[in-house]
Amino acid sequence: MSGFSIYLIFFLIIALNYGIMGLGLNLQWGYTGLFNAGVVGFYAIGAYGAAILVGPDRDYLIGGFDLPWPVAILGGMALAALAALIVGLATLRLREEYLAIATFGIALSLQLVALNFESLTGGANGLVGLPRPLFHLFEDSTTYNLFFLGLVIVILGIVWFGLELAVRSPWGRLLRAVREDESAARSLGKNITLIRLQVFVLGCSLIGLSGGLYVAFIGFVSPTDFLPLLTFQVWAMLIVGGSGNNAGAVLGAVVVWALWTMSGLAISRVAPVELQSQAGAIQVMLIGLLIVAMLIFRPRGLIGEKTGGS
Amino acid sequence: MLQAIADGFMSGAIIALGAIGLTLTMGILRFANFAHAELVTAGAYIALAVLWLTGAFMGPIGPFSFGIPMLLAMVVAMAGTSVLALTIDHLVFRRLRDRSGHMTLVFGSFGVSLVVRMIILLIFGGAATYYSNELQIAMRVVPGLRIMPDQLFVLGLTVVIVVALHFFLQRTRLGLSMRALAENPELTRVNGVDTNRVIRWTWIIGASLATIAGVFYGLTIQLRPEIGFHLILPLFAAAILGGTGNVIGAVIGGLIVGMAESLSVLFIPAGYKLAVPFLILLLVLYLKPTGLFSGSAGGAK
Amino acid sequence: MSEVLLRVTDLVAGYRPDLPILHGINLHVGAGEMVTIVGPNGAGKSTLIKAVAGLLTITGGHVEAMGHDITKVPTEKLGEAGIAYVPQVANVFTTLTIDENLRLGAAALDRPLAARRIEEAYQRFPALKSHRNHKARALSGGQRQMLAFARSLLCAPRLLMLDEPSAGLSPLIVQEVFTELRALMKSGLTILMVEQNVKAALAISDRTYVFAEGQNRIDGTSEELTQNQEIRAIYFGNAGAGNSASGDS
Repeated sequence: MSGFSIYLIFFLIIALNYGIMGLGLNLQWGYTGLFNAGVVGFYAIGAYGAAILVGPDRDYLIGGFDLPWPVAILGGMALAALAALIVGLATLRLREEYLAIATFGIALSLQLVALNFESLTGGANGLVGLPRPLFHLFEDSTTYNLFFLGLVIVILGIVWFGLELAVRSPWGRLLRAVREDESAARSLGKNITLIRLQVFVLGCSLIGLSGGLYVAFIGFVSPTDFLPLLTFQVWAMLIVGGSGNNAGAVLGAVVVWALWTMSGLAISRVAPVELQSQAGAIQVMLIGLLIVAMLIFRPRGLIGEKTGGS
Repeated sequence: MLQAIADGFMSGAIIALGAIGLTLTMGILRFANFAHAELVTAGAYIALAVLWLTGAFMGPIGPFSFGIPMLLAMVVAMAGTSVLALTIDHLVFRRLRDRSGHMTLVFGSFGVSLVVRMIILLIFGGAATYYSNELQIAMRVVPGLRIMPDQLFVLGLTVVIVVALHFFLQRTRLGLSMRALAENPELTRVNGVDTNRVIRWTWIIGASLATIAGVFYGLTIQLRPEIGFHLILPLFAAAILGGTGNVIGAVIGGLIVGMAESLSVLFIPAGYKLAVPFLILLLVLYLKPTGLFSGSAGGAK
Repeated sequence: MSEVLLRVTDLVAGYRPDLPILHGINLHVGAGEMVTIVGPNGAGKSTLIKAVAGLLTITGGHVEAMGHDITKVPTEKLGEAGIAYVPQVANVFTTLTIDENLRLGAAALDRPLAARRIEEAYQRFPALKSHRNHKARALSGGQRQMLAFARSLLCAPRLLMLDEPSAGLSPLIVQEVFTELRALMKSGLTILMVEQNVKAALAISDRTYVFAEGQNRIDGTSEELTQNQEIRAIYFGNAGAGNSASGDS
């Protein structure tokens, strides 16, 4: 295999895994209008949760349950759902922006836990040397990556299919009503807060799933993989692809991740060493500009919501 | 303990100044502006730039670490940050205001916050700096309590500003219009008030107070591009604790948040200090979402 | 015919440009007249008043007041055009005191004039003066309506537009409000009013327009309309119809 296809496989694993996260976020924002400003927090919970559950027993750590990967990832998702429940119960009956503020807060707080609760999270070093799922069955890492890409695609497909079914169900049709006209939805006798809570918890557990898969793929967790920037990146993916459309969420993940990695590559090749940090700042700034520009000029993204509404 | 309380007052005053502007924009412009805290950083750095450009760091006055140029730089930075806020409003928020969901505004402000932070990082670099290298001698007030003269200055000026703002809102036509706009925008226009003008002044006041908070932060702690990012949560916690739209509430909320952060170090590891505003926020949202002093715009639906 | 204070021609307007609620409204109000607009819910009665007040998107036709085109005049300049508007229900600032409500209403005037007009308003509505430093939320429904009237008169308008001044008020208070309106008319004010209660509207006004589905269907002097068979069939056939104080779009 050529170097490029090896890289392409690696790229697609990461991008499509972000796609899973994008699907969770799309359920929250695109379909229901919930703004989650702490995406990275739920991603980190999924990742750390899985890492702690799957990790080998080490006497200097609290975790190390040595559980099989599927259980560990589900456990990470459950923890993400629990965190979503705590934030959701506090905010979803209130003004919409309170959810945004609280999710931002929980992401920041979880980052502190990841950094400081060393006996659980390994602190700044993170948790390393996790057994990668089924790694021993493959001869080299390229074929393993190919297998993992297949795994991510299958899981992405299941999540996508499930979400498509869900949004077409009577429950799913309610979501748009909740987003567009709350009083109309309420007059149908529906408990808006409960629907919002369901959507928020489900979306966050999907974000947690993506975190768990990421850890399974790279085999370690460290706080540097969960910087606040990731929240902005995932939002850029969703808004570029087109919120309210699952295909848009996945497309956006691939497009924005491609732009991000290519611009990063270009900077490392072109920019002089002494200007690298400035170039990095420009790269991050572009993510912010992308979000703002899309919201103003093309709120429907590349492929936005199919049916009516403004 | 005594020292922690004094420090809490200090950071509380800075949070309060930032939270006033935030609570005004939340009440009057009706959205949670994630970019407001970046105005604090912008104000602090514009003041630094003014000091650099004029190059005139004339000697400090009396016991303080700064002199007249610092105060002038602060005033220039207030104007500069106001221009920045008005520009952002013109380029981004005004365009999103008329759209359907107001959460789009919140989303937009989230993006804007990243852009502003990166521009500051790009211009000034990531390293921490100071306005002045003058060393200050802390005054020992009582055993176990040391206070810098700068800190006293900051506290004093904060009190003056809060009192002045209160009178402004209660007594002047513009203040009256702002309170009216927070309650009912349509009726305010029906009363013949040019709401665009009131919105402009809301930005100017919010940005100016954010600048003062930023300069105070730089004076008493240090200048870093992440000042704003780390203030987002304390400012929101203070504004919501005080009741959205309520200026005095935001001040008291700011003091409570600052005090809680400072005292928390006595009970939990210092690494978790930044999570304290989040815990306060959760507590308020669970127990009394309208805040301690329910604001004009009301927190609950 | 006397001077026309307000003339609406082929007006098309709504809350969104793509969804007009008014489909070509024509009406006029002459100086010294009291004109009412009646019609079923959703007919566009309130929408018309809001459109004239500049609060909605006008996509067709135009509005003239005192001979000037005010189609594009923003709401806050309405007072300068000689028009005052009292919205339905939420027409005072409950978080401000009565005095502050009036000071806000007079904010466009220079200070001595504002002070004089506010004093005049207190003389006209003495009940307000005794509560002047209370928050408006403490006022009763009728008192709020009086405060809204008092506020609207501060800029000395020639035309007063009222959106259902009787909404949510008890019959006794409605009588008081209407008595006050008659007194205002006697003092030379022209009034355009939306009213749910057709009987009351016809009884108090000079002329009436009947709206349906965003158009003005029938109009005439209130006397004529009281005799009109169609109107009688719709509104007086079943007693109580049109008495609801529910909101209008």
